[in-house]
Amino acid sequence: MIGPIAHNALLVSVIVVSFGAILTPIAIRTGRRDWLQLVYGAVYGNFLLVSLATALMIVALVTHDFSVSYVAAVGSRSTPLLFTVISLWGALEGSILFWAWVLALYAAAVVWWHRDRPGNLVPYAAMTMLAVAAFFAILLAGPANPFVPVFPVPLDGPGPNTLLQNHILMAVHPPLLYLGYVGMTVPFAFAIGAILSNEAASNDWAILSRRWMLSSWAFLSAAIIAGMWWSYEVLGWGGYWAWDPVENASFLPWLTATAYLHSVMVQERRNMLRLWTLNLCVATFVLTILGTFLTRSGILSSVHAFTTGTIGYYFLAFIAVVLVVALVLVAGNSERIRTDGTLGGAASRETVFLLNNMFLTAVMLTVLVGTLYPLVAEAIRGVKVSVGEPFFNRMAVPAMVALIFLMGVGPSLPWGSTTWLEARRRLVPPAVGAVLLGAIGFLAGARGVYALLAFAFVGYAAVGNLREYWIGMRARRKAHGESWPTSLVRLTRANRRRYGGYVAHIGILFVALGITASSEFRSEREATLLPGETLTVAGHTVRLTNVWGREEPQRSVIGATLDVLDEKGAVIGDIQPRMNFYHVSDEPVPTPDVRSSIKGDLYVNLMAFERSGANATVKVIVEPLVPWIWFGGLVMVIGAVIGMFHPGRRTPKPPAPAVRAPDEEPAVAGVAP
Amino acid sequence: MNWRRALIAVAFAVPLIALFAFGFTRDPGEIPSPLPGRAAPGFALPVFAPGEAPLAREIGDTIRLADLAGKVTVVNFWASWCLACRDEHTALSVTARRYADAPTQFIGVLYNDRPALGARWIAQMGGQSYPSVTDDGSRTAIDFGLYGVPETFIIDPEGRIAYKHIGPITEAVLRAKIDSLLPAAAVDSAGSDEAPAYRVEGAPAP
Amino acid sequence: MLVRLTTILALLAGLAAPAGAQGGESTTRREVAAEDSALEARTSALASRLRCPVCQGESIQDSPSELAQNMRAVVREQLRAGKSPQEIEAYFVSKYGEWILLEPSMTGLNVLLYVFPVLLVVGGLALVVVLVRRWTAPPEANQG
Repeated sequence: MIGPIAHNALLVSVIVVSFGAILTPIAIRTGRRDWLQLVYGAVYGNFLLVSLATALMIVALVTHDFSVSYVAAVGSRSTPLLFTVISLWGALEGSILFWAWVLALYAAAVVWWHRDRPGNLVPYAAMTMLAVAAFFAILLAGPANPFVPVFPVPLDGPGPNTLLQNHILMAVHPPLLYLGYVGMTVPFAFAIGAILSNEAASNDWAILSRRWMLSSWAFLSAAIIAGMWWSYEVLGWGGYWAWDPVENASFLPWLTATAYLHSVMVQERRNMLRLWTLNLCVATFVLTILGTFLTRSGILSSVHAFTTGTIGYYFLAFIAVVLVVALVLVAGNSERIRTDGTLGGAASRETVFLLNNMFLTAVMLTVLVGTLYPLVAEAIRGVKVSVGEPFFNRMAVPAMVALIFLMGVGPSLPWGSTTWLEARRRLVPPAVGAVLLGAIGFLAGARGVYALLAFAFVGYAAVGNLREYWIGMRARRKAHGESWPTSLVRLTRANRRRYGGYVAHIGILFVALGITASSEFRSEREATLLPGETLTVAGHTVRLTNVWGREEPQRSVIGATLDVLDEKGAVIGDIQPRMNFYHVSDEPVPTPDVRSSIKGDLYVNLMAFERSGANATVKVIVEPLVPWIWFGGLVMVIGAVIGMFHPGRRTPKPPAPAVRAPDEEPAVAGVAP
Repeated sequence: MNWRRALIAVAFAVPLIALFAFGFTRDPGEIPSPLPGRAAPGFALPVFAPGEAPLAREIGDTIRLADLAGKVTVVNFWASWCLACRDEHTALSVTARRYADAPTQFIGVLYNDRPALGARWIAQMGGQSYPSVTDDGSRTAIDFGLYGVPETFIIDPEGRIAYKHIGPITEAVLRAKIDSLLPAAAVDSAGSDEAPAYRVEGAPAP
Repeated sequence: MLVRLTTILALLAGLAAPAGAQGGESTTRREVAAEDSALEARTSALASRLRCPVCQGESIQDSPSELAQNMRAVVREQLRAGKSPQEIEAYFVSKYGEWILLEPSMTGLNVLLYVFPVLLVVGGLALVVVLVRRWTAPPEANQG
């Protein structure tokens, strides 16, 4: 029952979105603008249909309806309820369904929010989103159909992939990732819509898409941090980032989105970099599709990869179409879009943003080429090579360290121009922070060049950003006599974009500090312990108490309990790494236990044990400041949220179509405040 | 609408799409080994499972690759926890017995397992006609560039690795390879007139 | 003043540093693995550059699998015997192919892979300089 209804809903959605996408140019060309209401209706209708299918899938999962192929593949009566629900996105077909639903949600939200705006921008944006939705709808109707009827109906299923039922973060990371990834479709749709509606020569499309880009960026940042946290807590090697191809695939659009968030400010203020910003917007979307292609095609081996099949071909065709259409539209209209402007001076925030964009793009291209290089090498030399962590650390980290420095320079310099003297006056004080934190890092034992630079630059940028707050708050106190807290709130409220941005910077600084400290100061030891024996690593001592076992419906768990001792030998807590033996799998899933504090993590993984319980082999890792990474992620999101509430025009009037004779003077540059 | 620029831009996308299309023809999990064609790494490993007459060896005996010059040697890496190894067990035992009179030697090498478990597995599978040795610390496995089990190496009488087989091996493949390496007089099966050929499996270009 | 500053610095350094910078590591059992911490450090450094054949992209330093641990033991043994990291890498490449190295060797086509990021940054900096110059040129230069 559930299967056929849901599948039919998806089939209808193919028709609905195709209808809407095709109707849009017809309605606009023929002037029948009332037909645009049908187009918007198609968007809302798609949302209803896909929501129905998704809801039915959740019902099927929870009620263990094994007549549905997807449930038969990932469902199991012994899986706890929460993991049953989140297995919605755990395997290929379900993840496509979830993607389609998030896309439908965004499309409906965009159309609803901007429904009153006159002009063709929103209709063409809707058309773009409908076209993308059509691709996913076709996948769901055909090769990725999760509702294939299964006969005879099995009594039980294997349950989700064992790695995916080990940790609560599996409930968090994929939804955040999809909300971020799919959200990047919206600015892309506005960009394409702007080109098609002849509004690309104005800044309106960028203003409209700002909040959507910012929220997607926030989701994507949170998703990447959550993914790092998940792999840290689950995979057992004590690391959080391995430069795995699929990790890189999520990082690439984040880089271009971050670049976009900065260059769009230059576009709005100085009417410059418009073509570049448009390219960034398109690139971000293409990279999200590329990312999902890499995960699902099987052409690169990865921890993450879903099972492969014919679906990769569909994605390849889709990428080809998206690339060609986007390149044709952007390049073909580039003369109309591009602007040339003037900068007030070299010592300006605009220059810093140029550098920021340059470094972000350099990192993006380096990671992209490194990720794809194994394919290139095989195509040209016929040899399989690996490009892994050592390469990316060597080639990408220096640029990222440079970006930390720029995060301190940008806020300190004003828009427009300033004299070199003034620039020096602003840029020198944060150097105190650089010296301080660099010294601390050195005293703590850091010796790597980039680690020391990272410490110093984090100090520099921290002081630089915090100083902006302090200067603003001090000015408000002087002018209005406000108290410190009031001045902080009012200052932020007066310019949420700027001060939210500084908060996001500070979040990134926490992340950078956590990563630098946990890489540079990490210690680990492995030992086989008898009960009562201790192992000390970097001042942290654990003592094995016992090895135990327990049965759960879907798995057998073998664990070791260790007491955590302080310097005097008193017990201050306990830690219990486990090995989960799922009934369906040969391979146990080692589940480390982590004891966190502000100073860092004590991370213990159970490597082996004697069946009789006589001994246990544990690996103990001390990772300083790792929790600062997760905390920094939260701060980043808070900063983005603050920035999102920056008041903007709800339905800005579209400008007269920009007409420029080729030899006209470039548009007058915006006035710097 | 500047079509010239549009076309130039599209031209940039073509190599990328071609690269991805190429990626579909490759299997990222299949790693070719550089070993076939080169001298086999030497080893001297102790027997833990004696095998059966006439191929039996004493438990505790050491089998040295150096002693096997002039013979076609089949080295099969296996483990009791390896499901695929069950598929090839019979093929190996039967073929080993078949070539008992020829200058061949079959050796099983236990990988990442305990001898007691290996011996029990052999008993469960109904016996193994040739001896198996242990490989402490997987030194020999690493020397042979092992990725997993089962993997089978066929070494020619001159001590070079002629063939590497990944996954369960079949009787037909075993016989074909061995026949191609044995001197003509000792060839068992009829109708094999291949010259001794060195199957170069995935060897990199010099 | 200076004394107080260095005290504060030391206190803050304690926040980041492993507390056992003064202490050491100890275990009550006889430990084979860490008798020579310098050797261990060199083993870890080299093991981080070798890919685990049975895992998904992990190094043999990070992987808990048996084969990875055995390969680490081989690395340690060869280092103790005086072999250089290059020789040990060459050994593994002769057994497993280039794929076993997590960072491609700088030969042949691979050189492009290393040159590319450097060119990006250098070229990018040059581009930024050119653009800033062009856009801050005095107005007379822009009159058409």
